[in-house]
Amino acid sequence: MRAVDAIIECLKAEGVDVVFGIPGGANLPTYDALYYGGIRHILCRHEQGAGHAAEGYAKASGRVGVALGTSGPGATNLVTPIADAMMDSVPTVFLTGQVRTELLGTDGFQEADISGITMPIVKHSFMVQDPREIPRVIHEAFHIARTGRPGPVVVDIPQDLSRADIPYEPVDSVRLPGYNPTTEGNAKQIRLAAKALANARRPVIYAGGGVVNADAARELVELATSDRFPVTCTLMGLGAFPAPHEQWLGMLGMHGTRTANYAMDEADLICAIGARFDDRITGKLSEFAPRAKFIHIDIDPAEISKNVPAHIPIVGDAKKILPKLTREYRALEADASRLDAWWQRIRGWQEKHPLRYEDSEDSEIKPQYMIEALYEATGGDAIVTSDVGQHQMWTAQYYHFKAPRRWINSGGLGTMGFGLPSALGAKVACPDETVVCVAGDGSLQMTSQELATCVSEEIPVKVFIMNNGYLGMVRQWQELFWDRRYSAVDMGTRPDWVKLAEAYGATGMRVADKSELVEAMRTALLTDGPVVVDVRVTREENCYPMIPVGEAARDMVG
Amino acid sequence: MGEPGTKEILNLADLEASGGIHTGRKHILSILVENKPGVLARVAGLFARRGFNIGSLAVGPTDDASISRITLTVDGALHPIDQVTKQLHKLVNVIKIRDLEPEETVARELALFKVSADGESRAEILQFTEIFRGKVIDVSKRSVTVEITGTDDKIEAFEQMIRPFGLIEMVRTGEIAVARGRSAT
Ligand SMILES: Cc1ncc(C[n+]2csc(CCOP(=O)(O)OP(=O)(O)O)c2C)c(N)n1
Repeated sequence: MRAVDAIIECLKAEGVDVVFGIPGGANLPTYDALYYGGIRHILCRHEQGAGHAAEGYAKASGRVGVALGTSGPGATNLVTPIADAMMDSVPTVFLTGQVRTELLGTDGFQEADISGITMPIVKHSFMVQDPREIPRVIHEAFHIARTGRPGPVVVDIPQDLSRADIPYEPVDSVRLPGYNPTTEGNAKQIRLAAKALANARRPVIYAGGGVVNADAARELVELATSDRFPVTCTLMGLGAFPAPHEQWLGMLGMHGTRTANYAMDEADLICAIGARFDDRITGKLSEFAPRAKFIHIDIDPAEISKNVPAHIPIVGDAKKILPKLTREYRALEADASRLDAWWQRIRGWQEKHPLRYEDSEDSEIKPQYMIEALYEATGGDAIVTSDVGQHQMWTAQYYHFKAPRRWINSGGLGTMGFGLPSALGAKVACPDETVVCVAGDGSLQMTSQELATCVSEEIPVKVFIMNNGYLGMVRQWQELFWDRRYSAVDMGTRPDWVKLAEAYGATGMRVADKSELVEAMRTALLTDGPVVVDVRVTREENCYPMIPVGEAARDMVG
Repeated sequence: MGEPGTKEILNLADLEASGGIHTGRKHILSILVENKPGVLARVAGLFARRGFNIGSLAVGPTDDASISRITLTVDGALHPIDQVTKQLHKLVNVIKIRDLEPEETVARELALFKVSADGESRAEILQFTEIFRGKVIDVSKRSVTVEITGTDDKIEAFEQMIRPFGLIEMVRTGEIAVARGRSAT
């Protein structure tokens, strides 16, 4: 069997039903195999689009996303999605073509050392040297991508090796002596954690994207409601705990709620689950949660005590650990009334500092209102992707996510241009769901070519552009921290998004009047095929509240 | 301390200050890795990107052909050693890491010194070589080359002694080490 046909067999055995990519010389053999193979291939218009689509697919479904690129520029175009998948722990496999083995190292046409280039930004990579190892390598790649802390795996296959005739036998085991993620969680530590929770008077559960990755949202709710533990989530964790819940404090961090950040600041015990104390969460590290002891539950031992020393570290899979912790906690029969004073304090903050903005009195569309309108038009349960910038933060704040895998964004790397291609991938993964992308007018210009993919592959995503004509988040920082020197942030009014959408064969709409917004959104959602809605919002609105960079949570402004 | 987004000008002292747990001593890490291409690059790259300095590095085969051993030293005064080992563990090709305790470890390094040696200094150099239990492995009219084996302290001491004669070149292997006693490292 040709090695490439074996690859297709392996992909099928891994449950892959769709791959995203672009062909070229070095991966022609793979595309020949795909021609007959029975796996859907989605031809993206840029490999970056293919990579983010694979990420969107993975984040929406929990399955491994797969992207393909040819050697050289095809592979280097995948670098941004690979780095993005690394930062946000997205299970993905990137299959790149490589020049023939005899050309390796000679600067052959379209040669780029992609395993070298991506070494710092992959969970693992394979450079195939013997065609007979291809089936095993593919399975190992999937195994590594999806288990433990998920992440991107690159498999680089020289063109000649992919054409080799190899004996193929299904592979049913992997051989990775150095790879053995801990999943169960140490029983003694779990007991200690339960005790700490029972003794805490001002506890907070701080949950991150790891809870979503572990599919442990239900287990998180069980733990939180085994008493009245207040819960906050990171940007990546939104949806892991239902937003409309009396124990919900809102998102924490730079643009989180005051309540969540103040609660962290005053907590005596913080139970971190699948979260990594990123600088956008902690603000000034030395003043972060000064009174708290930390329980840190994470599948990745290297995250524990990386930024904040953990008092009770527990390494393992949240899905396995949380039920044990809940059981241990229940058995202690802690006195629930000990949390009364804490809740009183929290309710005080909630009343005094709700998320708020000043709505317009005329037809002007405030960006925050735009997200509220989207929530209304979608009934609050669409899958929502976003780009990076103010619109991303407002979506996180005002689209109150009720369930996991509904909020898909680029948190760790902050990749502009992530929104549209990830929406496309999410829609392919979940064809029966409404998938919308909240785009920035700046960000969307980085990957807008994927509208062509949506149209030709009939992927009906609905794109809502929060159009402020600025690189808004940068403008905000210039306004607040650089004395209003607006350097290189004015994007003007081009392109004409309606015409652009139409040029691609999608539907284009424009809304500039608040009173028409919800209705227009409903129309867009009901329109067949991909739709782009250019929503003209207030040009200079700032995203608040905010922890200024390098300051402590209690110094939030706005 | 500021960050790229703020306009605050940073002073160098602030930039240098960094957190983490520092043990303040040299650590010898004995790392078993799969004998596969690119593994050394992964280890070295990890050190570079996380800002860990490698003191010395020695790589060689083990009794098992599919496994190599990397012995490297890191300064625990500069780097949080548990972050170093945890990050190393994340490399899929890394099978086992042992942070060797100094008292329970025998470490050796081999060094070659090429020293200028004319008539009078030659005898003195040979004397030092003997004291350090070294070996002369090459002689020319105007130089001798000496081989010294030992701990890095011993090698550094020898270097001090013969430097005044005119050290033409020094080549060191980097330390290798095994745990004392019966059990494997
Ligand atoms: C690829 C990339 N380049 C640059 C940046 C820096 N950056 C962060 S937010 C932002 C502005 C985004 O503008 P827009 O997409 O219009 O969103 P807005 O903030 O206006 O909502 C920029 C340039 C980035 N995050 N990603």
